[in-house]
Amino acid sequence: MGMRTNGGPESSGARWRRSVIYVVRDWQLYLLLILPLTYFFIFKYIPMLGVVVAFKDYNIFKGVWESEWIGFAAFREVFQMDMFWKALRNTFVLNFLDLLIGFPIPILLALLLNELRVRWFKRTAQTVLYLPHFISWIIIGSMAIQLLATNSGSVNVFLGKFGLEPIPFLGDPLLWMATYVGTGIWRDAGWGTILYLAALTSINKELYEAADVDGASRLHKMWHISLPGIRPTVVILLIISIGHMASIGFDRPFTLGNPMVSDVSEVISTYVYTVGIQSARYTIATAIGLFQAVVGLIFLLGADYTSRRVNGHGIF
Amino acid sequence: MAHAGKLHRLRPVDYVIMIFIGFACLICLLPMVHILALSFSSNGAIMAGKVTLWPIGFNLDAYKAVFQHAAMVRSLGFTVMLVVLFTAIAMFMTVIAAYPLTKPHLRGRNFFLLMIVFTMFFSGGIIPDYLLMRELKLLDTMWVLILPGAISAFYLIILKTFFSSIPVELEESARMDGASHFRILWNVYLPLSLPALATLSLFYAVGRWNGFQDALIYISSSHLYPIQLKLYELVISGQVSDMAIMEAQNRGAPVPESLKAASIMFGTVPILLVYPWLQRYFISGVMLGAVKG
Repeated sequence: MGMRTNGGPESSGARWRRSVIYVVRDWQLYLLLILPLTYFFIFKYIPMLGVVVAFKDYNIFKGVWESEWIGFAAFREVFQMDMFWKALRNTFVLNFLDLLIGFPIPILLALLLNELRVRWFKRTAQTVLYLPHFISWIIIGSMAIQLLATNSGSVNVFLGKFGLEPIPFLGDPLLWMATYVGTGIWRDAGWGTILYLAALTSINKELYEAADVDGASRLHKMWHISLPGIRPTVVILLIISIGHMASIGFDRPFTLGNPMVSDVSEVISTYVYTVGIQSARYTIATAIGLFQAVVGLIFLLGADYTSRRVNGHGIF
Repeated sequence: MAHAGKLHRLRPVDYVIMIFIGFACLICLLPMVHILALSFSSNGAIMAGKVTLWPIGFNLDAYKAVFQHAAMVRSLGFTVMLVVLFTAIAMFMTVIAAYPLTKPHLRGRNFFLLMIVFTMFFSGGIIPDYLLMRELKLLDTMWVLILPGAISAFYLIILKTFFSSIPVELEESARMDGASHFRILWNVYLPLSLPALATLSLFYAVGRWNGFQDALIYISSSHLYPIQLKLYELVISGQVSDMAIMEAQNRGAPVPESLKAASIMFGTVPILLVYPWLQRYFISGVMLGAVKG
């Protein structure tokens, strides 16, 4: 606190008076903030306190605070559940596949979009490629069923006309993982180009002109100018993706998944739903959710630390 | 185009790139075109696998059926109302939160910001959320689909960044004339932020239209089903149980494919309608978020 003049009780009194002055001076601003801060307190911070359910034998009639403490018993139980480890493994495996296959594609698309010389074509292509990002996973899951279901899906009906065996895109674990990754690429590869395209436009044009003088080919320029030009963006987005490895959305695995592939499609988010909402085992489900939130936070902090080391600034 | 300005003559490599990008665009569009074709086709043609990208046995039966399906129509109407109300409340809350947080002299500003940003990285999880909604008696009401998402911390930061780019002199001269903060926000900040406000409204609206998980968890009465939950019930959950049954007896789906396709179209068309407006703004919105996220 800025300019403390006298010692002892007087200064605290002065500080108090000053605070009152600030609140009086900025009362309009504080008034505006009351509703939003109340919102964050009620809908974000009370649930954070609510994680104590993980350490209590939650009883629906006693409520959160009256229920009895059980320490880490719920966690011990969770760590003995096969399905929990399976869900944890699947979360990492699906995120890793997304990263391995899904991460490079927007880079390639952005490099190619950047080379387009016909303006209307480029603009139309961007419009079309961004579109799937706005379609919900429910719609995408529905379309996947209509297209890929083993018996009635259009692709298999089509194959059947040539006497080919139906392909269980949604019923075979490995093919299901491919479908999962494929739908993710379909939805977000185009959208993922936006930041790369922005980075590409900020590359110094003289570099390209100098390369032209030297007679460099298009591929050479892409490889030696464009790609290095977006390297910082690639690195930061890669670090952020790795930071999100432990967390996974709900809608996508939930809508694409089905009982035949639950060995690979059950992930932490869907498992919390199954255990907590469908089976009403609140304590266990809260413990699983808390475990994931903590692991997720560790990954994010690790990513932030890495980013500080590599880029000189954090990701937050 | 990065290094253009003058007209280049197109070389073979340009055509190769155009073909490749064109192919990627086709992959994006074909599934939707196919579903659209299914929705206008006769069931016989669909079962025989004749429909690809063009309706076979053109008819409007599926759409008539959707319109006669009272629950579907009600769900559509309810969702439209929900989206409008949610977007209005969310924008109001986001604006009144973003404005004070741009003022460097506001006592406690950094503390408030830290509290808000922290919620982007850590949350209680779905069970504490669920228990809170039950305590608040919000379960199975319309408000449970509106209030918990009423401010997105991420969009709030985006709007705050945008507000910060407005020259402070404008505010100072208005203060000199004796204008209150409410007046400055209304008469100076909001008119200058229309693109950002449009972007965020559309993001909120699309998010609510596409929202599914909260409805799945919190809503049990079918008259409060938003469209995504309705679609899930109609197309996906039915199909999943069918797949189990079909293992034993190879029978046709109970809901005609064309009806499912028409329902999917109903869930998609509103997005396609706002998309052209959305597109004008969202790149700037995404960029703002990336600058300080």
